Amino acid sequence: MNSFFGRLLAPFRNTTGLARWILVTGLIITGTFVIAAIFAPILAPYGFAQMSVAGVDFPKTSPPGPGHLFGTNNQFYDILSRVIWGAQTAISVVLLSVVLSALIGVPLGLLSGYVGRWTDRILVFIMDALYAFPSLLLAIVFAFLLQHSIGSGVISAALSLTVIYIPQYFRVVRNTTVSAREATYVEAARALGAKNGTIMGRYLFSNVIQSVPVIATLNAADAISTLAALGFLGLGIQPTDASEWGYDLSRALQDASAGIWWTGFFPGMAIVGLVMGLTLVGEGLNETINPTLRKRRFRKVTLPPRTPGREEVGS
Amino acid sequence: MPTKPDDILAIRDLEVHFEQSGSSLSRLLGRPSGTVKAVDGINITLQRGEVLGLVGESGSGKTTLGRAILGLVPATSGTITYTPPAGEGVDIATLKGATLRSMRQRLQMVFQDPSAALNPSMTLETAIGHPLVIHKVASGEELRQRVIASLERVGLSPAEQFLSKYPSDLSGGQKQRAVMARAIIVGPELVVADEPVSMLDMSVRAKVLQLMLDLKRDLGLTYVYVTHDLATAKFFCDRVAIMYLGKIVEIGPSDEIFADPKHPYTKSLLKAIPDPDPSKAIPRDLPRGEIPDAARPPKGCSFHPRCPMARNDCGWEPRDLKSLVEEHWTTTDLATFEREHELVGHLVELNTSAGEVVVEPHRGKGSPDDVWAMFSAIKDARPDEPLWRGVTSMEKTPAGVKFVFAPSSPVNLRASGASEVACVLYPSAP
Amino acid sequence: MSAEPIVRARDIRIWYGTTRGPVKAVDGVSFSVGKAEILGLVGESGSGKSTLGRGLLGLLPDGAAMDGELTFEGVDLLAATPKQRFAYRGTHLGMIFQEPLTRLNPLMRISEHFSETLKTHEPSISKAEIERRSLEVLRVMGIPPSRFSSYPHEFSGGMRQRLMIALALVLRPAFVVADEPTTALDVLVEAQIIKILHDLRNSFDTSLLLITHNLGIIAEACDRVAVMYAGQIVEIGAVDKVFADPQHPYTRELLRSTISLSTTALHSIPGAPPDLVDPPTGCAFHPRCPDALAICAVTRPIAYARDGGAPRSGSTDVACWVASAKSGTVTLTPAEAAPLPREELADADEA
Repeated sequence: MNSFFGRLLAPFRNTTGLARWILVTGLIITGTFVIAAIFAPILAPYGFAQMSVAGVDFPKTSPPGPGHLFGTNNQFYDILSRVIWGAQTAISVVLLSVVLSALIGVPLGLLSGYVGRWTDRILVFIMDALYAFPSLLLAIVFAFLLQHSIGSGVISAALSLTVIYIPQYFRVVRNTTVSAREATYVEAARALGAKNGTIMGRYLFSNVIQSVPVIATLNAADAISTLAALGFLGLGIQPTDASEWGYDLSRALQDASAGIWWTGFFPGMAIVGLVMGLTLVGEGLNETINPTLRKRRFRKVTLPPRTPGREEVGS
Repeated sequence: MPTKPDDILAIRDLEVHFEQSGSSLSRLLGRPSGTVKAVDGINITLQRGEVLGLVGESGSGKTTLGRAILGLVPATSGTITYTPPAGEGVDIATLKGATLRSMRQRLQMVFQDPSAALNPSMTLETAIGHPLVIHKVASGEELRQRVIASLERVGLSPAEQFLSKYPSDLSGGQKQRAVMARAIIVGPELVVADEPVSMLDMSVRAKVLQLMLDLKRDLGLTYVYVTHDLATAKFFCDRVAIMYLGKIVEIGPSDEIFADPKHPYTKSLLKAIPDPDPSKAIPRDLPRGEIPDAARPPKGCSFHPRCPMARNDCGWEPRDLKSLVEEHWTTTDLATFEREHELVGHLVELNTSAGEVVVEPHRGKGSPDDVWAMFSAIKDARPDEPLWRGVTSMEKTPAGVKFVFAPSSPVNLRASGASEVACVLYPSAP
Repeated sequence: MSAEPIVRARDIRIWYGTTRGPVKAVDGVSFSVGKAEILGLVGESGSGKSTLGRGLLGLLPDGAAMDGELTFEGVDLLAATPKQRFAYRGTHLGMIFQEPLTRLNPLMRISEHFSETLKTHEPSISKAEIERRSLEVLRVMGIPPSRFSSYPHEFSGGMRQRLMIALALVLRPAFVVADEPTTALDVLVEAQIIKILHDLRNSFDTSLLLITHNLGIIAEACDRVAVMYAGQIVEIGAVDKVFADPQHPYTRELLRSTISLSTTALHSIPGAPPDLVDPPTGCAFHPRCPDALAICAVTRPIAYARDGGAPRSGSTDVACWVASAKSGTVTLTPAEAAPLPREELADADEA
C-alpha cells in the first residue's frame, strides 16, 4: 500500500519549477474554499437566509463594516455568510456532478472503446450530439426539465451539470481505451483466459483513467461558472434552499448603478477565485500527469574535474 | 483426420484471412480493399514434448499461426485439433466463449516484448496469480503460495522480494521470467513462445532459453517457438517449419534443415545470418528485394521474384518484369533513365498477373520500335536474369512489345529426405 | 588507413543529471576513426553506446553534460558554437537512425525530403542539381529513380532505411554515425543493408561509426571494433584480432554468450550491468568477471596496447589488469594479483 501512495505522489515529486508552482497555488486557493465549505456552520457568522439576530433586523444594503464585514444586501442578508455558505453549495453541487459524470462517462467510454463496432458507433454518435450543444444551453434545458420533476435544489442543479460533462469523460476514456486495447498486456490477458469484463476492469481501467483527474478538475472549474450562470438566470437553486453566488450576483445587478459595489463584488470574487483555483490545479496536474506534455527532464549536471594521471584506453 | 495418441496438436488446412482496409475513401465507404491471407493452408502435427520452430521474416504469418493455435485470432477455415493426455480431441478453431477460455489452462503464450506483456499497474503477485483467479483454481493463502512457487520456479527468488514489485521495477530478463511464471502457473501443456528472447540483451538470451529448456524438462511442456532468428531455432527446436507469405516452404527435423537446407529461401536465410566469426566473408549473392505485399502475393511460388535458382515454371508474371526494369534504371545513367521513363512511363500495365501483356509507348511518345529496343537492351545487358527463363516469347506487335509468360507448376509440400519442401526443384518422388 | 584520423575523441565524458545523481552514461572514452574506416561500437543496452553516438554529433538532450576532446579533421567540435555545429551536421557529419519511418515526414515526397536537406545547407542550389545529386545517391542505394516522387509509405521497410541512408549521404559527409540501422529489419534485408554500409567507403569515401548490439554485424561490416561496457571502452582493435583472440574477459564472455549457428551449448554472463549512477569502483566489470583480481575492485585498469608500444590508433588496446599482467606491461604485487573472492549471483539479479 505504501508503494501505491508512493506511485500516486510520484508525478508530484517529479514536477519542478512552474508546474509545481501552479499546482501548489491552485491547491491553496481551492483548499481555502473547501475548508470554508466544510466548516461553513462554524465560520459563517449567520445563516444564509438569516435576516435578523435576536429579533433585531439587519440593515438593508449596509456597506462593509464591523457588524457585517462584507456588508448586507437588499434582501437584508449578511454577504459574508452568503459567500461562505455559497462555497458549500458550489462545492457540493460540483463534486456531485463531477463524480456522477465520471461514474457514467468512464464505464461508457471503456465499453465503447473496448467493444468497438456498433456499440461504439452509437455511443460516439450520442455523445457527439450532446457535445455539440452549447453547454449552458443544455444545462438550462435540463435545469428547466428537472425543476418540474425533482424541484430546484442542489441535486437537480448537480444533475443538469452532469449531463454536460459526461461526453468529455467518455471521449477521453474511449480514445485511450482504443489505443490501450491493442497493447500486448491486453492480448496477454485474453491468452490467460480472462473474460471481457475482467479485461476491462482489471487491465484497461487502471491504465486509461490516468487522465481523468485532470479532466475532473478542469470540468469542476467550468461547472462553477455554469452553475453561477444558471443561478444568474434564476434557473438554479432557490435562495431559501441554499446560498448561491450566481443568484446573489443577479440580485446585485441593479445595485451597481446606485454605487453599491459590495453586493456584487464579493460573490463575484468568490466565483473568480474558485474557478481560478480549480483551473490551476487542473493545469498543474496536466503538466505532471500527462505524459505527452511531460518531457523527460534532466537535472543540470556539472562534470567534476578529472583525476589527474589516469591513462585511457584507445586514443 | 485421425491423430496418434502422442499427438498434442494437429493443424489441418488452416487459413487465417484479414480484411485490409485501403485508402481513406474506401474506409469511409466501409469497403474492404483486399484480403490478406496471413496463414494460407497450413498442415502441422505437433507431438507431445516436442519443440517446433516457426521461422520466418515479418509478414510470413508465423505470429498469426501461433496466435491461431491459442484461438486468439479466429481461423477462417481448417481445423486445429488439440488432444489432451486422456480424452477426446477438440477443435480449437470452432470453440467460442467460455469453452475457449477454459482451454487457456492447457495452452499458454509467452510474448516478444516482456515490458508490454505485463499490466503496468499490477504488482507481480496479482499479475502472476491472476490466471488462477480467472480459472477459479486457487484463492487466498493457496494462491499466494502458488505464486511464490511459480516465481521461485522461474528463478525470481527470493520470491517475497518480488511479490509487491511492479513491472517497471524489473529488468527485461526479469520481466520475461515473470511472464513465464504467469504462463506456467495454471499448469499448461503447450506454450506458444512468440520471439521470447529477441528483445533481450545477448548475455540474457541464453539464460532465458535455458530456463525454457528447464521448464520443458521439469513440467513436460511442448513448445511452439515463433522466431525470425534461425540461430536460436537451431539450438532450441526439434523440428523447424520455415514460413514465407503464409505458407510453409520447408519443414523437417532441425538437424536435417540446418545440415541440408533444400528450399532456396531456407538457404538464403542461413546465408544471411550475420556470423560473429570474421573469417567468414560477407555474403554477396543474397536474394534482392523484400517480402512482397501479402494482399497481392506473387503467382506460383511466392519466393520466385527473389529466388536466385528460379526456373521457367516458378510463376513468372508481368509484375516481375516491372521490378526488373526498375532495377535496370538504378544502374543506367540519368539521361538513359529519363529517356526510357519518358518512353514507357510508370509501366502501370505491368501491375497484373496475366499470362501475357503488351507494353506500349506511354501516351504516344515514341514508337513500338523504341520499346522493343529498350527491352532488347535490358535483355542483352542481363541475359542471366531468371525472369527471362519464364518469358516464353517477346515479340513486336503494331501496338508495342508483347510478352508471354510460362505457366507455373504447383508448389505443394513434398517429401524430400527427412523433410518436406515446397519447391519445383524437388518434385514428388515417382 | 591513413595516418591522420577523421574523428579523434579523447577522454569523452557524457553525464545525465537525474534526481538520484549524475548518470555516467559515457565516462572517459577515447578512440579515433580513420579515413574510409568502419568502426563498430558494440555493447549491451545501457552501455552508453547510443549516447556516445549522439554526443559525437551534438544531438544530446538538454541537461546532458559532455566534455573531453573531440576533433573532426582537426577542428575542435566541442569548442564550436551550436550554429557552427549545426552547419557541420549534414555536410560533414551524418546520422542514420534505427526507425526509418518515424524520421520521414509522411506528407512529403521523397524528392521534397532531398530538396529540403540540400537547400538547408546549400540555399542557392538549383532544382536540376538537386535531382542530379539525389538520384545519384538513390542509385547507389538501389532505389529506382522512377520512384523519386513517391511518398514514404509507398516504400517497404528496407527501402525506407535505404532512403534514410541516402538522405544522410546526399550531402557527402565524411563521417556518419549509424545507430542500430538494421534492428527493425528482416534477416535478408538486414544483410542487404549491411552490405550497403560495408560498401559506403568505396562509393562515398565515408567513415562510419556503426553502433549495434549484434556481434555478427560487427564481424561482417567493420574494420575495427570498440567494445563498450558501463560507459567505457574495454577493448578496441581490429575485428578479426579482437574476435579471434579477445583479451578483455567481457569481450570473451560476450562472444561466448552470443547464440550463432555454431552454438552447441548455452553460455551467459552472471549478474547484470551496473547502475551507472553508482558504478563499481576499479574495473566496472569486476563483480561479474570470472578472472577478477584483488586490484580490479580497487583501481581502474590502465590501457595496454596489445601489439606493443603506447596506445595509438590502429592498435588493439585493452583495459584489463589481468590482460596487462599477462602481457607483462604491468607487474602486480602478490596482494594485487590475488584472485578476487566472488559473491554468489542469483538468476534474479540478471539484466
